Amino acid sequence: MGSDPAWRLTRSAVLRDAAGVAIATGAYAISFGAIARAGGFDAWQTMALSLLMFTGGSQFGLVGVVAAGGAPLAGAATAIMLGARNALYGLRLTELLQLRGWRRFAAAQLIIDESTAMSIGRDSRRAARLGFYATGLGVFALWNLGTLVGVVGAAWLSDPRALGLDAAAPAAFLALLAPRLRGREAWAIAAVAALVAVVAVPFVPIGFPVLIAALVGIGAGFLPGHPGPDATGVDEVVLELDPPGEDERR
Amino acid sequence: MMIWVGVLVGCVGCYLLKLAGVSVPESVLQRPRVHRVSALLPIVLLAALVAVQTFSTGSALVLDARAAGLAVAGVAVWRRAPFLVVVGLAALTTALVRLAFPGT
Repeated sequence: MGSDPAWRLTRSAVLRDAAGVAIATGAYAISFGAIARAGGFDAWQTMALSLLMFTGGSQFGLVGVVAAGGAPLAGAATAIMLGARNALYGLRLTELLQLRGWRRFAAAQLIIDESTAMSIGRDSRRAARLGFYATGLGVFALWNLGTLVGVVGAAWLSDPRALGLDAAAPAAFLALLAPRLRGREAWAIAAVAALVAVVAVPFVPIGFPVLIAALVGIGAGFLPGHPGPDATGVDEVVLELDPPGEDERR
Repeated sequence: MMIWVGVLVGCVGCYLLKLAGVSVPESVLQRPRVHRVSALLPIVLLAALVAVQTFSTGSALVLDARAAGLAVAGVAVWRRAPFLVVVGLAALTTALVRLAFPGT
């Protein structure tokens, strides 16, 4: 099996994809490390997030809320909600990866946008499994290395505001949001959420406007007249991935 | 200290969600309502985060140099610029506006 020439071609293609995604994501992690340090997280906390949370959108979410002065638990709630999609990815991956025993606990940590995208849609279960592990482990290694570089680099910065780093986080969120804004309904719900959040800012504790906006936005998504629950099925969720870098966005 | 609590609670929560996906019976996660919520959550949360982090400082609404940075980021996203270019342009623009108009 190992010397099957067709498989060797597939394997090198899968590994090349995995390497490209891992490198792009590692570069993105540098900005995470720098933004977290500028936001008041110490080096250990920043590294703990990349090692233990290991899901980029959630990490940026937690750091963003706390950096703005919000309660850390409100940041944690934001992070957990942003991580909810990983549960759906897991559902799709269970069948492909055939996880048993302790492997399930280890593999679960590698479930992120990138490893899922590089796994589902492969021609064979074997290629799907290779795509998942190669991408998951590669991104894990470079994501943490990138974070470390960002953490060390940020230590040299005396005034993050002078460098405009406080605008880096919302710009990062915008870049993550953009690929998900397909269709009028997504735009409308995003606009409602943004408006509710801004209006709530003066009236509720820091960190809560985002949570309130999320509830209102979700509620708006269930108003009569939406295109039906099937309109945003899991396939769409899986396809609307966080852009780890230029490779996936093109 | 409280930051550590937030970090650890967030980490445990995110891990349990990942584990849930490969552990719970399929019927739970295949409900249309669950799909719908998990498709909407990133959209509403990211949109709210963009708005709040651009237009507020603490509990005050403000319009400062970040808005210019975000506008440039918006154009970059629209032109399909790579992620790091989007973030870099936003920071650069904000820094330049602050240099030109101190206090923003």
